[in-house]
Amino acid sequence: MTQVFLGMPAGGQGNLFETEPFPKAAHRELGNTQMRKNLRHATHTIRDKRLNVVGELPDWEELRDAGSAIKNLTMANLEERLEEFEKNFTARGGIVHWARDADEANKIVTELVKATGSKEVVKVKSMATQEIGLNEHLETEGIEAFETDLAELIVQLGNDKPSHILVPAIHKNRTEVRDIFLKEMPVVDPNLTDEPAKLAEAARKHLRKKFLSAKVAISGANFALADTGTLGVVESEGNGRMCLTLPETLITVMGIEKVLPHWEDIEVFMQLLPRSSTGERMNPYTSLWTGVSEDDGPQNVHIVLLDNGRTRALADRFGRTALNCIRCSACMNVCPVYERTGGHAYGSTYPGPIGAILSPLLTGIEVEENGSLPYASSLCGACYDACPVKINIPEILVHLRGEDVDANRDKHKLPTQMDLLMKGGSWALGKGKNLGLLEKALPLGRLMSGKEKKIKKLPGIAAGWTASRDIPAPPNKSFRDWWSDEKESK
Amino acid sequence: MSAKDEILGRIRSALADAPVAQEVPREYRKTSDMGEAELIDLLVDRLVDYKAGVDVIDAAQIPEYVAAKLAGASSVVYPHGLDTGWLSGLGEKVEQRIDAPGARLSIAELDETSAVVTSSAVSVAESGTIILDGEPNQGRRAISLVPDHHVCIVPISSIVRLLPEAMPRLAITRPQTWISGPSATSDIELERVEGVHGPRTLDVLMVRGL
Repeated sequence: MTQVFLGMPAGGQGNLFETEPFPKAAHRELGNTQMRKNLRHATHTIRDKRLNVVGELPDWEELRDAGSAIKNLTMANLEERLEEFEKNFTARGGIVHWARDADEANKIVTELVKATGSKEVVKVKSMATQEIGLNEHLETEGIEAFETDLAELIVQLGNDKPSHILVPAIHKNRTEVRDIFLKEMPVVDPNLTDEPAKLAEAARKHLRKKFLSAKVAISGANFALADTGTLGVVESEGNGRMCLTLPETLITVMGIEKVLPHWEDIEVFMQLLPRSSTGERMNPYTSLWTGVSEDDGPQNVHIVLLDNGRTRALADRFGRTALNCIRCSACMNVCPVYERTGGHAYGSTYPGPIGAILSPLLTGIEVEENGSLPYASSLCGACYDACPVKINIPEILVHLRGEDVDANRDKHKLPTQMDLLMKGGSWALGKGKNLGLLEKALPLGRLMSGKEKKIKKLPGIAAGWTASRDIPAPPNKSFRDWWSDEKESK
Repeated sequence: MSAKDEILGRIRSALADAPVAQEVPREYRKTSDMGEAELIDLLVDRLVDYKAGVDVIDAAQIPEYVAAKLAGASSVVYPHGLDTGWLSGLGEKVEQRIDAPGARLSIAELDETSAVVTSSAVSVAESGTIILDGEPNQGRRAISLVPDHHVCIVPISSIVRLLPEAMPRLAITRPQTWISGPSATSDIELERVEGVHGPRTLDVLMVRGL
């Protein structure tokens, strides 16, 4: 996956790939009725909560405008902001590492952990480390990684894959979670019920000793502030605080696009993020740290700044705003496609509408089956409305569909059915006369529809349309013919 | 070429079209003229929603209320800068442990401590957020994290309505913890449940005259 294209930065590696075409994966996932029920329940719960807390703020749109503009400004001056962040973080005793791709980031983290002599690490939920497959890499190096976020724990114990960026176990309901805990936790009350409070308590007991004895923690970061060198993690359970406070060594892996110019900018994002993600006015805990603080928290503090395809996305002038994403998950919670297929159908660490643009932008559209992701949408636009930083996801989806068509065009010597259909469409819709000529064939359609007045099977690629629905018999004349008849009769 | 140089070079070539970003419009609310009584009501409403305990009291009542909140505790930790008068109502049954520079409690000792009492830097009424920024009356982060019960003093004079109003009051480069209720999770079916790894009980004493 390390193809380098002329004039184009290298694409990302790791868990960013759809390995089969989206429609095929979606078809399989749609068969999982339990998952669909769970997802429907969860996404509908969160939609209502989000609307309530967003509706409370009279200046929500102004906050979105500011958030979007801060991100655009950051991306336009990314080099300066990163240099500034490095200078300030370093001045406060932190150590900055740079990683071109997933492999390099994994190697850096492994060496840092090995240098401490520790054979295990505790982890705060992090999309970046999921993206680079850090846990799997550490395992091959003999280092055990313990996920401490409840949903990540459920996924890790169940040998499962995350299906949502905020709540990776969203596809599991409470009973399934209890069953995983009963089976996989070494010490657990055999009478554990499926009450969420009891499940949370079981997780507390399971992880308590780990937190109190851990020497090394690995985290992501929700933002980095260039002008102060500060990092921030937004969380709910207190597992983040445990990891960020108690161990001696803290290693943070963060995408280069997460930097913000000024300390004051978090007043915007800390209003946008919690309300968009969990539908709360504020998340229970936010931790901010600036390098090393004498006598408070880890004394050995590192950050790995990760590219892994981000510069490639930045080079796409129509798609670069996808990097503005703050990983709130509002777009997947409102998406009619995600609600039905679930996150696994997208293959990549990043599912849902944002994943459908981000994954191909990070890797390149032509890699694996990522070219099928921009079609995983009805273009209804709900994601754009929900996005707290106003990423125009539908527009980027259409742009990437164009890229996909262009990338595939050269592969075929003969025009494909789609090419012919599009040519025909352009002829028919280009001139009223041509369309009128075509409409003369309507009675033929009535003939095809038979006694039931339904067309049940179309030929060629159009068969996809009739695979799951019938087409009603066409009327015996077109609207245009009917209109001119009406006019004449008056 | 170092990884840093290569990444910065990729950024330069990615931005070869020299995109021009607009000035950041900051039309959102930055100040509020909400009166004290309304601020108190708003913060109480938010904290109760998060399932925190809340009492609005006068400064003279602090020892009595701290003692009542810690009725079942066997020990309490407090940061070295805390007004020890606030703990003067505690009986002999509650062991008092100070956490001071040069005399830090170990993680194991904190784990055996029932509760912690701290002050706070500033609170945001609209979101129900109490911010600790490591002042000596709040202490280092571990003491307000490991014990399972946090009694937090919020001077009413430190309450603002909006997050942007809180920002200038914070010490930027000291570690900060923003607390909005006791620890919670929405990870099971996206329903909020209180009580995971952080303190499972949060009692807030909002104090007039501090």
